[in-house]
Amino acid sequence: MATTEPTQGGNSLSVPVVGPGHDNVTVTDQISGVVFGKTPLWWFVALAISAGVLMMMLYAIVFLLFTGTGVWGLNIPVAWGFAIINFVWWIGIGHAGTLISAILLLLNQNWRTSINRFAEAMTLFAVACAGIFPILHTGRPWLAVYWLLPYPNTMGLWPQFRSPLIWDVFAVSTYLTISLLFWYVGLIPDLATMRDRAKTYAGQKIYGLFSLGWRGSAKHWHNYESLYLLLAGISTPLVLSVHTVVSFDFSVGQLPGWHATIFPPYFVAGAIYAGFAMVLLLAIPLRKIFHLEDFITIKHLENMGIVTLATGMMVAYGYMVELFMAFYSGNQYEEFMMLNRITGPYQMQWWSLLLCNALAPQVLWVKRIRTSPAALFVVAIIVSIGMWLERFIIVVTSLHRDFLPSSWGMYAGTKWDWALYIGTMGLFLTLFFLFIRFVPMISIFEMRTIVPDSRKGEV
Amino acid sequence: MKDHHHDDRGNTRSEPPQSGGSSSMRGPGLRVLASGEAPADSPRKKLDLETVKKRLAQESGRQFWRSLDELSQGQDFQELIHREFPRQAAEWDDSVSRRGFLQVAGAGLALAGLTGCTRQPAERLVPYVRQPEEIIPGRPLQFATAATLGGYATGVLAESHMGRPTKLEGNPEHPASLGATDLKIQAEILSLYDPDRSKSVLHLGRVSTWEALTPQWEAPLKAQEALGGEGLRILSGVTTSPTLARQMAKVQERFPKSRWVQFEAAGRHGAEGGARLAFGEAVETRFDLSKAQVILTLDADLLCEGPGHVRYAKEFAAGRRVHETGDKMSRLYSIESSPTNTGTLADHRLPLQPAHIGHFALAVGAALGVPGVSSGGSLNPEAAAMAAAVAKDLAEHRGSCVVVAGEYTSPALHAVAHAINAALGNVGSTVFHTEPVVAEPANQVEDLRELVADMSAGRVQVLLILDSNPVFSAPADLGFTEALESVGLRLHLGLHDDETSEYCHWHVPMAHFLEGWSDARAFDGTVSLVQPLIEPLYGGKTIHEIVALLSGAPGLSAYELLEKTWKEADLTGTSWRRALHDGVVADSAAPTQAVTPDGAGVTAAAAELAGAAVGGSDLTLTFRPDPSIHDGRYANNGWLQEVPKPITRMVWDNALLISPATVEKLQLVDPGMEASLLPRQLKGAAARAGRLLSASGKMVRVSVGERTLEVPLWVVPGQAEGVLTLHLGYGRRRSGKVGTGVGFDVYPLRTTEALWQAEEVQVELTGATYELSSTQLHHNIPVESREAERRHLVRTATLEDFVKDRDVIHEMGHAEMAEESLYPGWPYDDYAWGLAIDLNSCLGCNACVVACQAENNIPVVGKEQVGKGREMHWLRIDRYFAGDLENPEVHQQPVPCMQCEQAPCETVCPVAATVHNEHGLNDMVYNRCVGTRYCSNNCPYKVRRFNFLKFNDTDDPVVAMGRNPDVTVRFRGVMEKCTYCVQRIAAAKIDSKVAGRRIKDGEIVTACQQVCPSDAIVFGDINDPEAKVRKWKDQPLNYALLEELGTRPRTTYLAKLRNPNSELERS
Repeated sequence: MATTEPTQGGNSLSVPVVGPGHDNVTVTDQISGVVFGKTPLWWFVALAISAGVLMMMLYAIVFLLFTGTGVWGLNIPVAWGFAIINFVWWIGIGHAGTLISAILLLLNQNWRTSINRFAEAMTLFAVACAGIFPILHTGRPWLAVYWLLPYPNTMGLWPQFRSPLIWDVFAVSTYLTISLLFWYVGLIPDLATMRDRAKTYAGQKIYGLFSLGWRGSAKHWHNYESLYLLLAGISTPLVLSVHTVVSFDFSVGQLPGWHATIFPPYFVAGAIYAGFAMVLLLAIPLRKIFHLEDFITIKHLENMGIVTLATGMMVAYGYMVELFMAFYSGNQYEEFMMLNRITGPYQMQWWSLLLCNALAPQVLWVKRIRTSPAALFVVAIIVSIGMWLERFIIVVTSLHRDFLPSSWGMYAGTKWDWALYIGTMGLFLTLFFLFIRFVPMISIFEMRTIVPDSRKGEV
Repeated sequence: MKDHHHDDRGNTRSEPPQSGGSSSMRGPGLRVLASGEAPADSPRKKLDLETVKKRLAQESGRQFWRSLDELSQGQDFQELIHREFPRQAAEWDDSVSRRGFLQVAGAGLALAGLTGCTRQPAERLVPYVRQPEEIIPGRPLQFATAATLGGYATGVLAESHMGRPTKLEGNPEHPASLGATDLKIQAEILSLYDPDRSKSVLHLGRVSTWEALTPQWEAPLKAQEALGGEGLRILSGVTTSPTLARQMAKVQERFPKSRWVQFEAAGRHGAEGGARLAFGEAVETRFDLSKAQVILTLDADLLCEGPGHVRYAKEFAAGRRVHETGDKMSRLYSIESSPTNTGTLADHRLPLQPAHIGHFALAVGAALGVPGVSSGGSLNPEAAAMAAAVAKDLAEHRGSCVVVAGEYTSPALHAVAHAINAALGNVGSTVFHTEPVVAEPANQVEDLRELVADMSAGRVQVLLILDSNPVFSAPADLGFTEALESVGLRLHLGLHDDETSEYCHWHVPMAHFLEGWSDARAFDGTVSLVQPLIEPLYGGKTIHEIVALLSGAPGLSAYELLEKTWKEADLTGTSWRRALHDGVVADSAAPTQAVTPDGAGVTAAAAELAGAAVGGSDLTLTFRPDPSIHDGRYANNGWLQEVPKPITRMVWDNALLISPATVEKLQLVDPGMEASLLPRQLKGAAARAGRLLSASGKMVRVSVGERTLEVPLWVVPGQAEGVLTLHLGYGRRRSGKVGTGVGFDVYPLRTTEALWQAEEVQVELTGATYELSSTQLHHNIPVESREAERRHLVRTATLEDFVKDRDVIHEMGHAEMAEESLYPGWPYDDYAWGLAIDLNSCLGCNACVVACQAENNIPVVGKEQVGKGREMHWLRIDRYFAGDLENPEVHQQPVPCMQCEQAPCETVCPVAATVHNEHGLNDMVYNRCVGTRYCSNNCPYKVRRFNFLKFNDTDDPVVAMGRNPDVTVRFRGVMEKCTYCVQRIAAAKIDSKVAGRRIKDGEIVTACQQVCPSDAIVFGDINDPEAKVRKWKDQPLNYALLEELGTRPRTTYLAKLRNPNSELERS
């Protein structure tokens, strides 16, 4: 059975976002070939390593559940640590996927086509990783897992709706649901293609099941397009809302270093910044390994580099405002907090953060660097580290020396903190490796719309 | 408070302890396995019924035995145990980390019964067949009794829940208590239920019984009787017990040549010697601080150490309570070698080396023209100026001033202080002399020296060591332990199987004072009857029952012995019951004595002081009992180990206290370390301070002559230059799972010649470092004190400033309390609970911290967890330094929950586990808490505590017995905090509701308020205009901590005032 081409298209492309010499057949062959081709040995090795790291995560979780939050480096005053840092970090990373899928779609930026599928997958997996932390970081996860939800309790007890943590529950769960739907709906035409091309019975059945009977009729395409645009419309505010709500976890508190009105925009910019860095981190090796240079072109990388630079500048602006406000406010606690960040025991982390997040992306002004996959890869790693440090600075340095000097303390992650953090990377990579093996990682049907010599009609 | 009058003994005896399992905790089989010894009867004995019967008869408590083989203790059976439970058997030898001790103790219980297959033993609830009078299930009863330290009694009221004592409060009718206690008494409950207490009679380290012991002692005692007791010695701590004194007299009759030696490692050697020097006889001295307008302390922690200190603190605080500009305030001068709580309250404090403190006393005495005293020695200009001013001030307050020499200073200083007081006419108004309170005043050190000489010479055949641990705490030069081994028969009575019991043939578990009858006298001679609240948990014996073995009255119970003593004094029937009920024997205070200082003695003492000089190394080493664990006797008490020590805030350790200047002089900081430790925000003097403070934790080798000790340093601002201070009591080798191996044993440095101070001391770095835990970051003091000052956390003013400007304290505030809020306010139409803390009275003595722990079932977490910042104290005492590094002002501020009206914690909890109640409390609902810890992050006062791990032992039934049944025991993962003792509020509410009236002011007393010796804490209804707390809060000195945040705390502070001598106030 053949799939028909979507009605969308006909863009005039000034810059090619797909390599020369491709038509609908080669696009389909090459992308689905990644799934149907012989599984390369490296994939097994990589999956084994990621799954090993995932096992470490599971072990760390079991140990945590049986021993208590005390296995981490938390204390009073620093009652939040790695768990919250990692949560915010992963949630932030997820943002790029939504941004690419939804906002760029609405803005008709069709260069997004080749990266949106795995960016969305990345979002999903990042949110999954993030979702582990808020529950596990509580003292009694077995209760937190449902007491934070508004269910009809026989005692008439409801969550406390003034708490930003409750807002978080709604924001993150909505985000996860919409991201999942968006990703899945986008996959349906391609799953049908996979169903049609599958050579094994199991493949035909499984892809068939998930393609929901897609036949590619005009009516299908019509409904599909409406739904996809609708979902894009719903997702768009989420890009702003999720991280805004996450930033409320801090800015609603009265702690110097948390209690700041700049937090929502500053967090959203930071999230997109971190997310694009992560997309770069994934795209650069993928295009190399699967020879997808024709689909994920230098143009894509450059565009992502530009977005990274732009959001990096916003983040740097946020730092400047924080610095300025600390002294301009005349609030002695704010002032001390900032001085303590700059000169206190965590000054190393603060200066590294500036170096990673404000200084390092400035190299992207140079076109030669923007168009060099290797250089972009390095910048992306630096930015990812920087964004983790940013959350560390916000969470830890604000808490460790607050109002009463008698209660000041220090904080450092323990091996269990690290095991869980690195373990979630294992989860992320495991999911990602499974994804690239079983699902077309680039949207085939959308790619076909941007092949320069695309013809209307059957393949 | 003591509504329930009770008869003499019946209702104090509760039902037998529910600890059947635990009494077999160290059952015979396990005991042998644990020590790794082979059973004595190696070839397997035939099982005969007689042996089994005998064994069973000897067992005390409920014993679980699995087979007749076990009862016969056959070797085969031992092997079987070893094979069958190899892991568990091995674990008995394992040393356990302190923080895990409670858990292991619980596991040990299950194991000890070896019926450990059922995790939850079936429990039956059996109603009383005959309901005891007065016992209403759920309502506690209170009984008067008395706790002793060093022999001196402090009256207490013990709260008993269904026969279990759970909390001790001060007895308002007892002169040494007046309703308050100190931290050590608060911790006695934990000592009572200590799972490490000795649980059975030991013979040669093996389990035996009391029934086995008594016949075996008949023959040696008969032999001694024939010799007139020539080879019999008794060694005990100092006692004031009239019954023990009577028994000892009986012993003396039966064994005329025997000797009774009393020794307290942290005894009142200076005071006793000083009295003999000044008056030529043993005389007890006590003070009345309520009449003292000028107080000079000479190396004395008058308010926190020594007999009567609880009362002194109360009197002192009353003399300084200033709420309005017209109020009067006494003046305190403290001259001390190491900073003490008393010193933190001084209007003028001067750190000096002990020798110079003597010179200071001489200078004051000479300026006052005290007969026999002339100035001598050398004083620096500052000290000389101060001595002159102090003398002038004292002279202006003749008859209403007092000079106090410290508990641990030389007899000569005491003698000179006596002479000064006499010359100032203070005797009879602020100073009183009475006959000695101790049963038999003695020169403890000389007596002990003689005893050791006798033992070494083989002149001692039988030695009884009663409630004393000389192997650990005797002066090192005596060689007590070696001498002990030449004694033929040695018996030890003690709460623990300790260092001394290891060297004794027999060990008898001692009954805790809440388990046995006794009597004791307070600092003023008032007698208290010590009545038990519970049957001995482990069949312990009182000291009286042991001495009865010798006095020819074996088998008499302590109660009978006590009754006999008091029958002679005509205390029977009603008067006896009255004495038991009140906790004091009426009119038993010692009458005052007119004694005059002996001129020659004073002259000799003055000459001794004048001749004293700091040794060649310019360093003086002083020994002091630990502020928490005293001479080591409380080493196994987790509450006392974990309470942060005054000034240093250190826990679970002792260290060599040293002044910053001495660190600099001896170059104990290496420049490499300092750069990495030094926060960059420090400049100038603060940078120097940071550098010097960073020497804390470095290991040093301290040498006094031949004796050396390796111990970590702790740099203390306010320590006198050249003075090194070591606290006694740490480094216990056998104290139990909590105290063994904690800290450093300093007794090996301590000799009879230098009991409290040593000269010619050398200190050198070893290069090693040691991890010390404290609840306030140490290297950070400069930033901390700077910020504390900028934030006006502890507000202080001089009395003069306050009189000039009534609002001086309010003007320090940043802003008016913010009233606007997003959320609507609460109406508080009914009660509105509030608390006020008078910083002018607070000693920082920690009694409230331990009382809170006892009242609220607060767990102990151990050194490692405290080091991580996870201590659980709901009430903490913050310490800030201000000013000069060498002689700073020290401020101590108790911080409970502020119970904010606009509480930041409440709005951020996602599950509504911390909620506001209609009376203004921030209630904590443990069952609802999921532990997000957001509330703690958002609490500006950081008073919330989190159960990061399972800190509370919920398995050990003995530990459980000591808990307050009115307070939930919190589970892992739950946040907790001060509730203003909501269980007490609830009880009062119920009472008032039943009676159909409102709660009266003063009816609810929080645990911290109740224990406070200086009445620094007041709780009540702030809606009641007549309430004391309302009146305190209306004072001009009242302020709220961080008031500019708009949290509107219900806990407020009254500012600290100083009353300096204008002559000494430098520009």
